[in-house]
Amino acid sequence: MIKSIKTWILVGFASLLLVACGQGGGGAGSKKSKTLDNTKKAGFVKCGVSQGLPGFSNADASGNWSGIDVDVCRAVAAAVLGDADKVKYTPLSAKERFTALTSGEIDVLARNTTWTLSRDADIGLTFVGVNFYDGQGFMVRKNSGINSVNDFKNGISACTNTGTTTELNMRDFFNSKNISYEPIAFEKADEVVQAYDAGRCDTYTTDKSGLAAQRTKMSNPDEHKVLPETISKEPLGPVVRQGDSVWEDIVRWSLNTMIEAEEYGVNSSNASSLKESENPAIKRLVGAEGELGAAFGLDNEWSLRIIEQVGNYGESYKKHIADTGILPNRGPNELWTKGGILYVPPAR
Amino acid sequence: MNFKKLNIENKKIRDLIPQAITVLALLSAIIYFATNAQINMGNRGISFGFGFLNQEASFDITFSMIEYDGSHSYGRAFLVGLLNTILVSAIGIFFATIMGVIVGISRLSDNYLIAKVAEWYVEIFRNIPLILQIFFWYFAALRALPLPENAISFYDISFLTIKGWYVPKFVWANFNIFLLSVIAAFIAIYFINSYATKQREQFGKQIPSTIISLATLIFIPLTTFLFLGVSLTFEYPVLKQLSPTVFTYAGGVSIIPELIALALALSMYTATFIAENVRAGILGVGKGQKEAAASIGLNKNQILKLVVMPQALRIIIPPTTNQYLNLTKNSSLAAAIAYPDIVLVFAGTALMQTGRAIEIISITMLTYLTLSISISIFMNWYNKKMAIKEK
Repeated sequence: MIKSIKTWILVGFASLLLVACGQGGGGAGSKKSKTLDNTKKAGFVKCGVSQGLPGFSNADASGNWSGIDVDVCRAVAAAVLGDADKVKYTPLSAKERFTALTSGEIDVLARNTTWTLSRDADIGLTFVGVNFYDGQGFMVRKNSGINSVNDFKNGISACTNTGTTTELNMRDFFNSKNISYEPIAFEKADEVVQAYDAGRCDTYTTDKSGLAAQRTKMSNPDEHKVLPETISKEPLGPVVRQGDSVWEDIVRWSLNTMIEAEEYGVNSSNASSLKESENPAIKRLVGAEGELGAAFGLDNEWSLRIIEQVGNYGESYKKHIADTGILPNRGPNELWTKGGILYVPPAR
Repeated sequence: MNFKKLNIENKKIRDLIPQAITVLALLSAIIYFATNAQINMGNRGISFGFGFLNQEASFDITFSMIEYDGSHSYGRAFLVGLLNTILVSAIGIFFATIMGVIVGISRLSDNYLIAKVAEWYVEIFRNIPLILQIFFWYFAALRALPLPENAISFYDISFLTIKGWYVPKFVWANFNIFLLSVIAAFIAIYFINSYATKQREQFGKQIPSTIISLATLIFIPLTTFLFLGVSLTFEYPVLKQLSPTVFTYAGGVSIIPELIALALALSMYTATFIAENVRAGILGVGKGQKEAAASIGLNKNQILKLVVMPQALRIIIPPTTNQYLNLTKNSSLAAAIAYPDIVLVFAGTALMQTGRAIEIISITMLTYLTLSISISIFMNWYNKKMAIKEK
């Protein structure tokens, strides 16, 4: 409940941590990765996730985390430590997430975070890829008579989360349409939902996947609908600290492996049997050919473990996003070979 | 002689050594942390600097007392947040003081019902965590408010809805002349009062200075309306339809529900503590004082004004200063209900957009420190003014 204070203290603390901890971070360009060494020593991957977003990172009643963001961390753990369960999850608010990463409290941030230039270049972070292509949309009441963003008029009030790209996109959008609006920005998603539900604002705007997930929390979900327009690009992906290029590569290729595995039809049940495959690309994926793992100081079965223990991207999406009813249709998050935009560089 | 002096000097030096060591240790700790932070930030590719304050903020804020939109700088956004913090604190302190005094005196009332109601009020509101009270006023109480189309109307000029309380806007012509006249009135009142005091002390003449002061305050500004071209018109809020079922009010001034809820919660909560201070202050004045005052022929009002309150205030002010400081700091809970105070706007949104945690958190901490110290200095001055003056 006392989230704002807690957040504050956490941010302050993380800043202090940054101040207090000794010389850290690996030298750029060298083959040695301090983060990898530390992870192996600790025996778990330190992963930052959301405070609960169904489909992406959400904890069940017994505290087990699941979601497509969580699967990225599990993939890294499977690759580096040989066991996908060896992950320590740290739930973070939007405000805490970057400080927690730069200060070393976590080593991978997989928290539905939008890849933008300023975040990538300015604050000591590196985005390693995209695990979900999202876009910002609007939710309104069905009986409002608003059927498109073109029906918005001057004086509309819009609720959203503070400190997200959403807040900035919202301004760009209303400015471009020349509509004056009342922005009401809350720190936590739960409060946004409550305020919108009570009638404080006429529309609720965030990533469309988020809208779909939050709609289920309304007192009467059927009274609300998401407008068809998408007003922004929101490529969500995992983030690492700048300056440890080996660790960066490990996280990037753990994610890429999941997507590449789907492309070649390798999944958690058939992976080990495909060692005898005719296709060299598949053989490389399951570690039967080449010495790819050596490039970042791992053994050759790192990718096989990811596929066996976590599954390929399609399996992960189906389990967490489609089967839970959040977004049954994969849309842009389909492979490039099937009309989507998921396209990863070849693992060779 | 010489020997004794040397001895004193020795003791001084002896006393100085541990202090010097402490200061040195503290300084080196600060320098160590600062350089360490610099090295670590350098290693991680994080730059340090305050240049971002001039960058375009590119986010909007619901409620601002100065002109602001996303094209202004982060520095300007900081100012908006700061002013909003000061606004809600000032409103909170104002109402908390009034309610606190009323409740504090009520607790001492001879009327059983009044005393008990005041007691229950204090016990309930001071024992529930503030954040819950804020959520209560925001979500529970505001949810009970109607949508704009069914607004609670006050004489058709002011409307209370879930989207805010819409009040008429003052549209001034020649406002600066009016302002000058008010200042002139206050200067006049000062001279009237000092003249009245002099008359009373020297000749024992009672001049009704309160009534004269009030008349001055009304009369001088009023003349500017009649002769100097000052005028005041009102812009009333009007209902506006945005879609078949979505309405809002346009025109006038909107007092956002976040501000109302926060100010309400802060003042209701802090008033309980001030009430207890007031009660303690009044009870702390000896019974003999009142009896003595009555025996020299002062009436009840005079006793309270001239004998009890001056002494009670000395007890009330210091702990009440603490409550004012608490209220100001507690206003940072605003972020929970989207009131755009400095924590939400600057230590929240700006921090997340720029990622400059260390800079922003330090600025915010310094700001609260400055605010608190300012209140403290003012209250200390007031306390000194009220303290016993030995003649």
